Amino acid sequence: MQLVLERRAERSTKIAILSPLLAIAFTLATMSLLFAILGKNPIMALYVYFIEPLTDSFTLMEIAVKATPLVMIAIGLSLCYLANVWNIGAEGQFIMGAVCGSYLAVVTNGTDAGPWVLPVMLVMGALGGALWAMIPAICKVRYGANEILTSLMLVYVADLIMDYLVRGPWRDPQGMNFPTTASFDPVATVPTLFETGRIHWGALVALIVVALATVMLGRTIKGFEIRVVGAAPRAARFAGFNSKRLVIFTFAVSGALAGLAGIIEVAGPVGVLQPGISPGYGFTAIIVAFLGRLNPVGILIAGLFLALTFIGGEGAQISMKIPLDLTKVFQGILLFYVLACDSLILYRIRLIASPKKASQGNVHGTA
Amino acid sequence: MNAVPVSNPSARAPLLQAIGITKHYGTFLANDSIDLDLFAGEIHALLGENGAGKSTLVKSMYGLIQPSAGELRWMGEKLELTGPSDARAKGIAMVFQHFSLFDNLTVAENVALGLDGVESFGAMSARLAQVSRDYGLPLDPNREVWRLSVGERQRIEIVRALMQNPKLLILDEPTAVLTPQEADQLFTVLFRLKSEGRALLYISHKLDEVKRLCDTATILRGGKKISTCDPRQETAASLARMMVGAEIGEVKATSARATTVPRLLINDLSLEPDDPHGVYLKGISVEVKGGEILGIAGVAGNGQDELFSALSGERLAPREDNVIIDGHAAGHRSVTDRRKLGAAFVPEERLGHGTAPRMKLSENALLTGHAASHMVHRGFVDKPKTLETVDRTTKTFDVRKAKRDPEAVSLSGGNLQKFIVGREILREPGVLIVSQPTWGVDAGAAAVIRQALLDLSGRGSAVLVISQDLDELAEIADRIAVMFHGHLSAPMAAADSTREKLGLLMGGASPAEALAGVAKEASHAVGA
Repeated sequence: MQLVLERRAERSTKIAILSPLLAIAFTLATMSLLFAILGKNPIMALYVYFIEPLTDSFTLMEIAVKATPLVMIAIGLSLCYLANVWNIGAEGQFIMGAVCGSYLAVVTNGTDAGPWVLPVMLVMGALGGALWAMIPAICKVRYGANEILTSLMLVYVADLIMDYLVRGPWRDPQGMNFPTTASFDPVATVPTLFETGRIHWGALVALIVVALATVMLGRTIKGFEIRVVGAAPRAARFAGFNSKRLVIFTFAVSGALAGLAGIIEVAGPVGVLQPGISPGYGFTAIIVAFLGRLNPVGILIAGLFLALTFIGGEGAQISMKIPLDLTKVFQGILLFYVLACDSLILYRIRLIASPKKASQGNVHGTA
Repeated sequence: MNAVPVSNPSARAPLLQAIGITKHYGTFLANDSIDLDLFAGEIHALLGENGAGKSTLVKSMYGLIQPSAGELRWMGEKLELTGPSDARAKGIAMVFQHFSLFDNLTVAENVALGLDGVESFGAMSARLAQVSRDYGLPLDPNREVWRLSVGERQRIEIVRALMQNPKLLILDEPTAVLTPQEADQLFTVLFRLKSEGRALLYISHKLDEVKRLCDTATILRGGKKISTCDPRQETAASLARMMVGAEIGEVKATSARATTVPRLLINDLSLEPDDPHGVYLKGISVEVKGGEILGIAGVAGNGQDELFSALSGERLAPREDNVIIDGHAAGHRSVTDRRKLGAAFVPEERLGHGTAPRMKLSENALLTGHAASHMVHRGFVDKPKTLETVDRTTKTFDVRKAKRDPEAVSLSGGNLQKFIVGREILREPGVLIVSQPTWGVDAGAAAVIRQALLDLSGRGSAVLVISQDLDELAEIADRIAVMFHGHLSAPMAAADSTREKLGLLMGGASPAEALAGVAKEASHAVGA
């Protein structure tokens, strides 16, 4: 017997939906094995990771808080990936968005600036992220530099710029020398949705982004252009679409969304600019984008799911002493399985009798 | 085993016998219980339209696929092939239609990659030179493949096959890429192989070739064997009828073709290639009038692709007036702007260039229709309109498909080509530029497409057809020019352009030489 991958005539819509679920199932199985090796009860651990956070309104809201940046970034990334543009540096664009928006919060801190501060901060955040994304985009279009490398390396540059600012010029004088800015004024803070909990207006912004992306990809010529350039570059050129301009466009949009997510995060749940504002949102969003099938609604669901792993991981660390790094292991394994299962959309697995054995059998039979 | 097929009166045993070969792909029956006998010293034609099951059958014989039912016998013994190397070990070799050569490697390196033996590279090179000399297929083992013409590339494939000293050689449409003269040279080699007692299986849909070359012909249609016959006893029309299952209508021009003002002008167009193996276009000038079809003949790889991209706007010309569409200098305009001027384009590659393979037909209608067909309003796509285009194309050009709006890749070559050509023609373009309109398309679809081109020019459009198929150009073109090494010859009236003249131009002779060459051949003929 022999396993072969056989090409399907048409892509299977059924598998396209099933594939992420299959990937999750494989990931859970692998995780159980890991838990067992660590000497933890796998059932218990899975419960703490995936069920317990859903049983409490506080953790439910925390999931939404964590999902907000993930979804916004992943939507932007999905546009890039659909167009075959590999922006891996959303983490850096997130940080630069946070830095640019925070500038206004820092200079207006303690003044009687009006409610215009927050909207301007959001615009500056989006612009900051977009401009940061322009560096790899222009390098790619003008000089043919590989955007995977340039965008990824700029993450560390962005991180160090922020580090310099919060340890140097922007450090809170009353901050006991901690590397952080002063707490943002109320006019520079994203308001929460409810009296309790940290869920904030940013969650609604994320939903609006999902809706806009759905319309753009499904109904507009721009969305069509993005999909054609990614799926069949030569046909796209024949259609009259300019792939270079599209590289700039997708980088700009994804950078802006990452930057917006960054400024919303610091002006919302965090409230100050400081190192460690992101537990790797920009990277986890890559997984969200693929787990969500590069589809806006799928990304919304995938974002909530991965937010759950962050919260569950924290819970497991507290109650079962499972290392927090296991959450990252989980996310990595998940991406791995998602990409593997995706091959089933275009191919089917078939078990066939090995013809070699059969023919040998025959030779013996006739001899 | 003793039963001798009735169709073969001689008592010779077949070299390869296929008995009831059946191959399913899912529910699709690609081969339905096909019997075939191949004899040593015989050239056997396998005839059929695209999708008739020729490739599937041959793939079973070469071990690329395993048949679902039926069996092969090799010199009377049951043959089970697990892969091509198995087939080669038995003495079965195959020359594919699409070359599998690495451009940057030398001839010898390419051949070495395709051989199973353990021979040293030096010995292999020497043998390569020997075999190529013996068969009159000259090749320099140390030359890089990208420097070679298409005909020479095919020689590599043939020599590679001959170096295995095969008992059976399978050739898949070998003349599709050759000039008439090159094809003649190939036939000499094939006759020699036959006289050496090898069996040849010759896949083709060029009927005159088959009549000239082959001893036996097996005709497939829709996965079934229709008949095995002696092609020399048949007429081209009777063979075509068996292939298609119906009479193929002759295409004809619809109206008096008013040859009026030039609608497409190419002015001294010179262009550097954008990849290192491409062809320089050198001072190309030609005009196409309204109501006229201009044919551009030539062996593939002589600058036709470069010319197409310069005309479509996928590559911009150096000067604005290099390309003039309906009086508008368009050399610097984009593809979209040229479409807005009323031009339409059909590239050679159906999948990946003319269409996005994994996208639906409606999306592929939008691909070229977004520019000028009111499919987009303020950035939003009018989906019903794109579907309507699919429906209209389907109806007008008889596109057969499994559902209303399938992915492009799921259509057969002929049906997809009808869709692509139809999509452009329904826009009533003033200028249509089409490359290899019926390449790899079945006879029925080819007739529909050629008729559509004639009708379009009959309605006053200028049509430029780039094609390697001289019969096609003879059938539809008013004037024919030949491309060679990036030059375009002056067009001549189709009525004056014999195959010999065109063939010489395609091989690089100057027009004067071409004429002289033809005259010489004619005088030889008279002398003989």
